[in-house]
Amino acid sequence: MTDSTTQLESLVPPKELRRGPLVPPQRSLGWLTDHLTAMPEGKTPRWWWILFIPAAFCAAVVLPTMLIYLISTGVGVWGNKQPVAWGWDIINFVWWVGVAHAGTLISAMLFLTRQHWRTAIGRAAEAMTVFAVMCAGLYPAIHIGRVWFAWYLFPLPLTTGMWPQFRSPLMWDVFAVNTYLMVSSLFWYMGLIPDLALLRDRAQTRVRKFLYGLFALGWTGSARQWHNYEKAYLVLSGLATLLVFTVSSIVGMDFATSQLAGWHETIFPFYFVAGAVFCGFGMVLVLLIPLRKWCHLEDIITLRHIDRICKMTLMMSCIMAYIYGIEYFVAWYSGNPYDAWVFGHRLFGHYYWFGGWIMILVNGLLPQLFWIKKVRQNLVLIFVIAVLINIGMWFERFTIIVGSLYQDFLPANWHPFYPTWVDVCTFIGTLGVFFTMYLLFVRFLPMIAVSEVKAITPHADPQHPLGGAKGGRS
Amino acid sequence: MNPKPYGLIAEFDSPAAVLHAAEKVRDAGFRRWDVFSPFPVHGLDKVMGFKNSLVGWFALVFGASAFIGSMLMIWFMNDYDYPILVGGKPTFSPPQALVPSYILLVLASAVGAFVGMVALNRFPRLHHPLFKNNRFAMVSRDKFFLVIETSDPKFSETETRGLLESTGSTHVELALE
Repeated sequence: MTDSTTQLESLVPPKELRRGPLVPPQRSLGWLTDHLTAMPEGKTPRWWWILFIPAAFCAAVVLPTMLIYLISTGVGVWGNKQPVAWGWDIINFVWWVGVAHAGTLISAMLFLTRQHWRTAIGRAAEAMTVFAVMCAGLYPAIHIGRVWFAWYLFPLPLTTGMWPQFRSPLMWDVFAVNTYLMVSSLFWYMGLIPDLALLRDRAQTRVRKFLYGLFALGWTGSARQWHNYEKAYLVLSGLATLLVFTVSSIVGMDFATSQLAGWHETIFPFYFVAGAVFCGFGMVLVLLIPLRKWCHLEDIITLRHIDRICKMTLMMSCIMAYIYGIEYFVAWYSGNPYDAWVFGHRLFGHYYWFGGWIMILVNGLLPQLFWIKKVRQNLVLIFVIAVLINIGMWFERFTIIVGSLYQDFLPANWHPFYPTWVDVCTFIGTLGVFFTMYLLFVRFLPMIAVSEVKAITPHADPQHPLGGAKGGRS
Repeated sequence: MNPKPYGLIAEFDSPAAVLHAAEKVRDAGFRRWDVFSPFPVHGLDKVMGFKNSLVGWFALVFGASAFIGSMLMIWFMNDYDYPILVGGKPTFSPPQALVPSYILLVLASAVGAFVGMVALNRFPRLHHPLFKNNRFAMVSRDKFFLVIETSDPKFSETETRGLLESTGSTHVELALE
């Protein structure tokens, strides 16, 4: 070992050309395995219970209560009225779909572009995607009012002989969100199979062995299995990448195909994708910064990972700032008085003027702090910015939806929107569902893709001295 | 009844060692053998002579049929069975049907890739003879194994064991069925 390490030192390129290792090289494969399975196998830590109990309360008590009240009474329990018929339900739907996007971008797009650093955060981000899409999918279903007719949305043969109208983006949305949920779950589950086999092989109790073994499908890690598995993973990431661009753009088209000033813009599909990814990166940071500390993963999710996520967040923020600028420019340059009215009122309106300022200041300006390296290394500051990004993106959707709807073409129609306590509690309920599922995931499944992390260590490369090659390349 | 032997199982410490052993076993002309590792070992596909995996074809066939099926479905529903006139536009036009069909293409291809992986690997499989071997449990941790099955026509316990020992395996033993 010492021999091969010294040899390694003499073969590496000069210092300024070297890339830092993704995983500290002194860590063996066995150490990585033990360390990364510590959380699913060890005792439940106290912080987990402190977070889990309130989250589970929101998920199991608050949300069902709100849903029963909503369905048994009607959508009027929300603040939705004319002319603001899309209130918190659609805002939260778009927000949750947005949160989901960064997970797919990290796990699929960075896989295709061979960004090996993604292995450390891919699994955690994918789990975020799956759970966020679940929360998103709930909203349109309960928003339709008569929930028991939700199956009208699917092309099923009815006695009326009617079919869904496939020209509507709202119809496309049904397909897009369901597909997104299914594909991201498949992708996530497929990535888990080798790690489930790992937990099965290490299981100490029969129950664990049986359950992990059942979901590992009989994985042995044979070369033939890996061969098919890698191909399937590649195909799935290609397909998931397509979804990064389609899901939120279809959500954007729901708005863009309407005639409403503030919605009727060709930039909307791209706008929503960029916003979604931006918001999702914020959520990745919110989840990973505490978890890496509490689960002792500082060696795996290093400051360099955080630094890179910050840089991507910064890039998305610049795109958002550009889009905001273009929106205002077009509102002025088109000479359309309705557009000018809506956009003027976003900043200097009667009711919701703060929304536009939050949008610009939090989403466009605040992440510009990430240009400074010191900020990208200050975890507390990053965490605060990431939380603010999530809030800022929520207000962006609020401004777009409510800010455009409450003053439509007929001044006699104008009416402000106020959320009710049911709106607020339903949102808290979905936050509870998300965090409950995420905490269960962190507790019972490896939140780092163990086999993938092992595969990017120098030990895994047969051509590398640490991988067993004699005097191999470095 | 005594359990039948399943094959000889040789343990290695590094991916390079198992790769070299695989080359030797291939050159010796064995056919029913496999390598087991905690992660895909680079270069093993070539050594074992794998062709391109069929998973991609599964995805293509599933996806293409979903796309065509969905186009036909939308034509049937919105044009043939119950024409819906919206704003005087044609009741069916390919661009209008493209988006849902494309989404279903993605969905079906993803399912196809997964089904292909499961089918080609003969999953789900609740038991495998190697799971009974205590040392083999380390395969998902940091050990690499090369297994030659007794059903291989060239298998002979002493000679094969000699071959595996000569490849630098740290431990060779007979795994039972």
